Amino acid sequence: MDFGQLLYMRHEIILSAIALIVLILEISISNKNIEKIIPVLTVLFFINTIAGFFPVETGSLFGGMYKTTGITILMKNILNIGVLIVLIQSAGWLKSNFTGSSNIGGYFFIVISSLIGMDFMISSGNFLMFYIGIELATIPLAALVASEKLKERSAEAGVKLILSAALSSGILLYGISLLYGTNGSLYFDNIASSFQNNSLQMLAFIFIFTGIAFKISIVPFHLWTADVYEGAPVNITSFLSVISKGSAAFILLILLFTVFKGIEGTWNSVLYFVSVLTMTIGNLFAIRQKNIKRFLAFSSIAQAGFIPLGIIGGSAIGFSSVVYFLLIYLFSNLGAFGVVAAISNATGRENIDEYNGLYSTNKGLSLVMMLSLFSLAGIPPVAGFFSKFFLFTSAAKQGYYLLVFIALINATISLYYYLLVVKAMFINKNEMPIGPVKNDAYTKLGLIICAIGIIAIGFAGIIFDYINSLTFGIK
Amino acid sequence: MDILILLILVPVLTVLAISISRTKEQIRMSAAVGMGIQLVQATYLVFAYLAERKNGNVDDMLFVRSWEWFKSFNIQFSIGVDGISVSLIALTAIVIFTGVLTSWKVDNLSKEFFISLIVLTTGVFGFFISLDLFSMFLFFELAVIPMYLLIGIWGSGPKEYAAMKLTLMLMGASAVLLLGILGLYVNSAAAPGGLMTFNIIDISRLNIPMEVQRIFFPLLFVGFGVLGALFPFHTWSPDGHSSAPTAVSMLHAGVLMKMGGYGCLRVAMYLMPGAANEMGWIFIVLTSISVVYGAFGAIVQKDLKYINAYSSVSHCGLVLFAILMSDKISANGAVLQMISHGLMTALFFALIGMIYERTHTRDIRFMGGLMKVIPFLGVAYMIAGLASLGLPGLSGFVAEMNVFVGAFQHSDTFHRIATIVVCSSIVITAVYILRVVATLLLGPIKNNDFNLIKDAVWFERATVIILIFAIAGIGMAPLWLSDFISRSLDPIILKLSMIK
Repeated sequence: MDFGQLLYMRHEIILSAIALIVLILEISISNKNIEKIIPVLTVLFFINTIAGFFPVETGSLFGGMYKTTGITILMKNILNIGVLIVLIQSAGWLKSNFTGSSNIGGYFFIVISSLIGMDFMISSGNFLMFYIGIELATIPLAALVASEKLKERSAEAGVKLILSAALSSGILLYGISLLYGTNGSLYFDNIASSFQNNSLQMLAFIFIFTGIAFKISIVPFHLWTADVYEGAPVNITSFLSVISKGSAAFILLILLFTVFKGIEGTWNSVLYFVSVLTMTIGNLFAIRQKNIKRFLAFSSIAQAGFIPLGIIGGSAIGFSSVVYFLLIYLFSNLGAFGVVAAISNATGRENIDEYNGLYSTNKGLSLVMMLSLFSLAGIPPVAGFFSKFFLFTSAAKQGYYLLVFIALINATISLYYYLLVVKAMFINKNEMPIGPVKNDAYTKLGLIICAIGIIAIGFAGIIFDYINSLTFGIK
Repeated sequence: MDILILLILVPVLTVLAISISRTKEQIRMSAAVGMGIQLVQATYLVFAYLAERKNGNVDDMLFVRSWEWFKSFNIQFSIGVDGISVSLIALTAIVIFTGVLTSWKVDNLSKEFFISLIVLTTGVFGFFISLDLFSMFLFFELAVIPMYLLIGIWGSGPKEYAAMKLTLMLMGASAVLLLGILGLYVNSAAAPGGLMTFNIIDISRLNIPMEVQRIFFPLLFVGFGVLGALFPFHTWSPDGHSSAPTAVSMLHAGVLMKMGGYGCLRVAMYLMPGAANEMGWIFIVLTSISVVYGAFGAIVQKDLKYINAYSSVSHCGLVLFAILMSDKISANGAVLQMISHGLMTALFFALIGMIYERTHTRDIRFMGGLMKVIPFLGVAYMIAGLASLGLPGLSGFVAEMNVFVGAFQHSDTFHRIATIVVCSSIVITAVYILRVVATLLLGPIKNNDFNLIKDAVWFERATVIILIFAIAGIGMAPLWLSDFISRSLDPIILKLSMIK
């Protein structure tokens, strides 16, 4: 084997190296100085993110177990950007919460391992590799969710996550084994080429789809979401809602467009159904929430309902629209969660009512929050408008006008509850608003990156065209 | 630099200038200077347009420019203007400039106020210069969303309710509109180059199949029509207008509602002429109801702003009615009515705002004899009223005359009856206008506190004078504006009459 080919795996290799550096640093630095590894690791991760963009040849390794293409590299880069923002945003929280016996190194190690799992999952060419990847991505998250040891809710959320993850991967495994039983192979290429429309394979597809749908929290597999999002520390919630969900959406895209391409008719109708259900239920529940984290949890469920609009019909431009949508969703949601984290970490307040009059004391945070929410709602001129518009256009191009119409109605409903938060911050009066929050440089940097992303990515037509040029070969 | 690009760039730069301003003085000065430049540019555009036409340029659209934007979807950023959009741009520039002047005394969060106001204006200018449905839709939504904050923060009365209602109804309308736009896009693959396109000019050269038109024409017309206060989707308008701060009411009734009319004409009618002729009757019925119902609604209202908001429903209904007649004279009247109503309603809302600041009430039952204490504002109100009821010599007369003459040229019974019904609104308008003028301005002074109030100050006078000049100007020299517009109506009317 040519060792140069290992460059195909550079994302995973660099990340593993960083994970090892974390371990070494952690044992070699005294507990007193442990905070100092935060900037070091953040810079290392930044270098990793940049390194991901250098063009390297693509190909497959280990007899087709592991594959890279232009689009998988792009997906990994998007995840890298997201994790970088999460790491920057969580620095303040780490400093204040992880003192004494809790270890900061552990946090970095877990986040990076989970990311390695996602990268392997995205690059997998075989269901075994895919399964290992998805498990590696999920199991560490339970530890993260339960990382605020003294809080009951955090522990509860951890248990909930691990149980539902176990259930979903059980279903997923069952689907994979059925597929193996009917095909005799676990390789994506073999399965794709020997797909017959028999009912056992349909069942296998449904099980595999269900397993992934758990991770994206598509209705009716969303029930764990709100509780886990609420119980987990905010920075972990943002990781869950963006990185974890994004990676699962990416692999769903890849599976549907490659392995299950043969049964497009089936998954079109499945997606139609879950899309309508997810958007509507996510929206209706979001309206009633009082806690901002639960609110964002349901909003992120509703957002996931828009993803099928691009997948449905199986067009290449729809594929690009979904990737673009997830890229913009990443910035918007991280922006919103970044503000929630900043406020929650400083004051402990998480209710929407308590955000009343926020603008009078925290102008910057309110503005970033407003931009993020507008972007989630799809209001111009921020980026969310463009990504939603393109999803709608792709679905309309495939002739799904009714679905587009339902999605548009849902987008209007979602605008209502996003405006409720904007109203709380800007319009509602409050005698005792949340006092001015002092943000450290990390939090500010994280929010500024999100704000720039939200404003700039939409207008830059070149970004969408770049994504589309990579997806060209997908179909 | 390109004049049309400057029309968007100047508001954006103004927003930046305001956001780095420190004192109140700087904020409002930068707003006024920015919008002053905008007014100068709009005037320049009018003359540049005339000069081009004089030089024998016969293109439908002038100053056309196009930039590649999203290549994968074949989306360009295309801009260009014709007589209709130039005159609406001029209207917008006048209204926003006077709007900034009337907001001179906004003290609460003035920076945010002017930023939202000018972001909104950017949307309006962008909308009128867009030749591409994508950017048109983008600017459409951009013009709606700042309204939420403007009404919610600086409004009066049940402002939160009104703001939410207005925003959701208009964004709901934009959802319907987007579906219509996507329908056009998907069915435009026969355009030059064989790619689907959002470009209005390219789509106008196609013949969209009739079965497609039947589905998407109503969506487009309703989508834009909601903004033009089409019955029964007009309910956002009275609540929104009466709760909004003065400048926002001016801009919204004066300009934003015209975006609805312009969109119906330029997109719905122009691009789907077949369905427009076939299904127009449904909307003719609805707009006739708008006109008459709006006028009756204005009679029973007691609040000055509500009266004017219902009157706007009536007048904007007339715009849509005229557009649906697909006749050149009445389409000409529709555009004239848009401009005339834009100016007149801006004047009305400005005056109501000024009067409210002095009397602290907008309920006409508690007012009277204001002419004795504030003669300047009183006379101005009377002029606005007379323009509204269509007195010859002012802009309203020219517009309505054109509309009715054009509409009556249809020889069939349905159109004639509709025209007669709509004509009756003139009388009803006269009733509520004269009643308001009488109770508000004439008679004894009902409240002793009113003796102490002072007449208009400089910025108020400037607002009023600019608007009255414009109204009287159109009334005196209607042909000049008519010529300006009518040439640009030719392609649209031609397309509509070819189908018949």
